[in-house]
Amino acid sequence: MSTALLHVDKLYCERDDRILFEDLSFSINAGEVIQVEGQNGSGKTTLLRILSGLSNHYEGDIFWKGALLSTVQDDFRREILYFGHHPGVKAVLTPEENLHWYAAMHPSIDGKKIAMALEQVGLRGFEDSPCHTLSAGQNRRVSLARLYLTSAKLWILDEPFTAIDKKGVAQKEQLILDHAANGGSVILTTHHELAISEKVRRFNLDELAGT
Amino acid sequence: MGIIVTNESANSEGSSVLSLFGAVLKRDLMLAYRKKSDLFNPLIFFLMVATLFPLGVSPEPDFLAQIAPGVVWVAALLATLLSMESVFKSDFEDGTLEQTLLSPQPLFVIVLAKVLAHWMMSGLPLTLLAPLLAVMLFLPAEGMSGLMLSLLIGTPTLSLVGAIGAALTVGLRKGGVLISLLVLPLYIPVLIFGTSAVQAAVTGLPLAGFFALLGAILALGLVLAPLAISAALRISVSG
Repeated sequence: MSTALLHVDKLYCERDDRILFEDLSFSINAGEVIQVEGQNGSGKTTLLRILSGLSNHYEGDIFWKGALLSTVQDDFRREILYFGHHPGVKAVLTPEENLHWYAAMHPSIDGKKIAMALEQVGLRGFEDSPCHTLSAGQNRRVSLARLYLTSAKLWILDEPFTAIDKKGVAQKEQLILDHAANGGSVILTTHHELAISEKVRRFNLDELAGT
Repeated sequence: MGIIVTNESANSEGSSVLSLFGAVLKRDLMLAYRKKSDLFNPLIFFLMVATLFPLGVSPEPDFLAQIAPGVVWVAALLATLLSMESVFKSDFEDGTLEQTLLSPQPLFVIVLAKVLAHWMMSGLPLTLLAPLLAVMLFLPAEGMSGLMLSLLIGTPTLSLVGAIGAALTVGLRKGGVLISLLVLPLYIPVLIFGTSAVQAAVTGLPLAGFFALLGAILALGLVLAPLAISAALRISVSG
């Protein structure tokens, strides 16, 4: 039996005396794309923050490649990419400076690829404009450019398509499929109808929630 | 999260830690340079205190000379405290703090670089401005070197300890007051030894003991504060 990339066992989380999910168990295997569904406030973001290791307000166990997550934090951080509600873009820095900083945080990234990544997300010509002069969608594109740079195996994407135009969404969907085809895994939340839905495994937090 | 460097990999790891330290320092200095209001706020506060004190209390040179060490030090301490809230706030708000915590790089080094950048934008300019204030308050010339040196060794400790408070309260909407409450008791030893050093310098007493104590506090802070700051940041972001 091959071990799953990430395995969640009997996860339980409550917030403000409300149970978000309990007895939640699932695995993410290499090459899989998982979409977490659920209405607003159902705990999608909380789940992704727990999986990324940012939040530890939970009970239950999370295993990374068969080992308990808390014991392999450093390896785990090397192999994940987290895209959160806040895109992690500094408003007074230019897109290029933002990505250089990200590359410094992740030494596996080759700084020379940054120009290519910015071109891929359609920000060519904006390299030297401070991010506060760019639109909301462009700011999120700066953050999404990390997808072209990273060598992370597991992508955790929380609403990656918010404020992104149709063409951009299609491009990112293709990128996600390519990543999965190369043996990577993606877990994401989105309210967009995914055009690639036949290749995506879904699960719905509303059905799992304890009422 | 300490950095344990084994002999064989010492060179490459050492240089990568240094380049990380440099990258974080450069970024934070650049951010401060582009957002100058954060830079000038503590300095203006510092100058205002020194200007208003003689007006409010007494313009007598003898009297002012007596209280000058304390006034300059208290003003420097409060100015640092005033600037503390912003250390992690904007990183927290735009999500770069999350990305920092998810990085495989040693958080100890990142945090230390951030605090150093903060000190270079608050403690260092305060130290350089201090002689001007001291002259305005008629501090005798003999006290000048003691004042500069005590601020130079003392203000980094203020930044390190203040950053613990800032890290603990970064997730709160109104954390400013709480930082003061958390941090002020820890600032008091630095204040006492700092002003004592200046007073000793004015009266011609030996200074080495005060500097040794301030240095010891700084050494302790350099080693322990980044650990506390890292842990506090993880708690704040987790909440």
